[in-house]
Amino acid sequence: MKLPIYFDYSATTPVDPRVAEKMIECLTMDGNFGNPASRSHLYGWKAEEAVETARRQVADLLNADPREIVWTSGATESDNLAIKGVAHFYQKKGKHIITSKIEHKAVLDTCRQLEREGFEVTYLDPDKDGIIQPQAIADALRDDTILVSVMHVNNEIGVINDIAAIGEITRAKGVLFHVDAAQSAGKVEIDIAAMKVDLLSLSAHKMYGPKGMGVLYVRRKPRVRLEAQMHGGGHERGMRSGTLATHQIVGMGEAAAIAKAEMHQEHERITTLRKRFWDGLTGMEEIFLNGSEGQRYIGNMNVSFNYVEGESLLMSLKDLAVSSGSACTSASLEPSYVLRALGLSDEMAHSSIRFSIGRFTTEQDIDEAVAEIRTAVSKLRELSPLWDMFKDGVDLSKVEWVHH
Amino acid sequence: MAYSEQVIDHYENPRNVGKMNDSDENVGTGMVGAPACGDVMRLQIKVSDEGIIEDAKFKTYGCGSAIASSSLVTEWVKGMSLDEAQELKNTTIAEELALPPVKIHCSVLAEDAIKAAVADYKEKRAKK
Repeated sequence: MKLPIYFDYSATTPVDPRVAEKMIECLTMDGNFGNPASRSHLYGWKAEEAVETARRQVADLLNADPREIVWTSGATESDNLAIKGVAHFYQKKGKHIITSKIEHKAVLDTCRQLEREGFEVTYLDPDKDGIIQPQAIADALRDDTILVSVMHVNNEIGVINDIAAIGEITRAKGVLFHVDAAQSAGKVEIDIAAMKVDLLSLSAHKMYGPKGMGVLYVRRKPRVRLEAQMHGGGHERGMRSGTLATHQIVGMGEAAAIAKAEMHQEHERITTLRKRFWDGLTGMEEIFLNGSEGQRYIGNMNVSFNYVEGESLLMSLKDLAVSSGSACTSASLEPSYVLRALGLSDEMAHSSIRFSIGRFTTEQDIDEAVAEIRTAVSKLRELSPLWDMFKDGVDLSKVEWVHH
Repeated sequence: MAYSEQVIDHYENPRNVGKMNDSDENVGTGMVGAPACGDVMRLQIKVSDEGIIEDAKFKTYGCGSAIASSSLVTEWVKGMSLDEAQELKNTTIAEELALPPVKIHCSVLAEDAIKAAVADYKEKRAKK
């Protein structure tokens, strides 16, 4: 059986073979398997050394201090630790939090939980390009605001928020600023020394490292305090207990080192592939890129194919592994909340597909995808009564539909 | 999501795709659903003077199950009387296509579409 071509790098990336090699060295009896917290023998010391090397590698990627890196199980845990940790620690100062409607569920659901605990959360709308305007943050700040949480690159549409500008606003007001950078780390430059970010979540498996591994960056100057969510042996300076998973950590460190070393050439390569993809689709009617065209991560292409429903399109694109903003692919039957927040009509949200490319995508992959997309879209439009109506000049927004 | 063989067959080779002339007095048109809900079906029937459905055509915007449901219905109603066509139940469609619970609404939509087409035809006739 021929495997579908992988076009879902925003969902997860394969582990880079160079990373896997390093990880394997930290598992078995003849490898570096010790507990990094064991202070009494060589096994522990060697494991600790590997963990600290990885910590430096991740810190280097962010231009941060290694002491600001806290290991977690992934960006979801990092988001939880950052938001709940700050909320619980600083609740005497205030109980207001600002975030956006297009955050990842790990942020949104954490904020919902805090609302149940008596916190108040403002969920900002993005502009029509999907960007959270720094001015909107400034306008929403109150005297009792303790935290702002805004993502760097959006997972669905790939748009990039102006983190540096938001950081200027929050720092001036003495409000803490958390950034979910799961989708940007290793792909878009992050200079924590230049950005006034206080907390930043990372995920290893979005940057060719292993799943189940993440980092929370916690700023030292000015110092950020957190209430731990996981209690135990006091690892990670008390912020996150639990025996450190050496192989996972080493994997994330190596992934960060590779990302840092190769970011620019990879960016160029992916830019070329992206252009090839778009050039291939040139001339197709009624296709739209969702989200800002200029201010986005190049590896993400979220496209709406008007008058074609997303799930049936997925069915036709069976040789491509992609994801859809269509309702039907989710259990809830609701179209993507991110696309809805951009002000997209339901039908445009239903007709969207996210293509995300990365390190192992080839020109041939792109060419095959383009050919398959063209065939599938024209087939489905032949089948679509909406396409007929569009071609007949009917204004679909004026039609009275029989809702069911 | 895994699709049944029947759904894939109708999806890959949809039967009776097309459009009939709305203004033809022998043609009844049923259009149901809404783009916002993710499916719109247009089902048309051509009825003989004896009240038998001679031909049926469809176009559907929707998921694979919606396309398969409407394709199947156009096959079934050919040769039926109007009364028989109106008796068509969504459960029969869902069963034939082995639709999972989350896709039952597609078969409901197909039932609504055929009912709407018959009603449209009858209304046209009554006006004459």
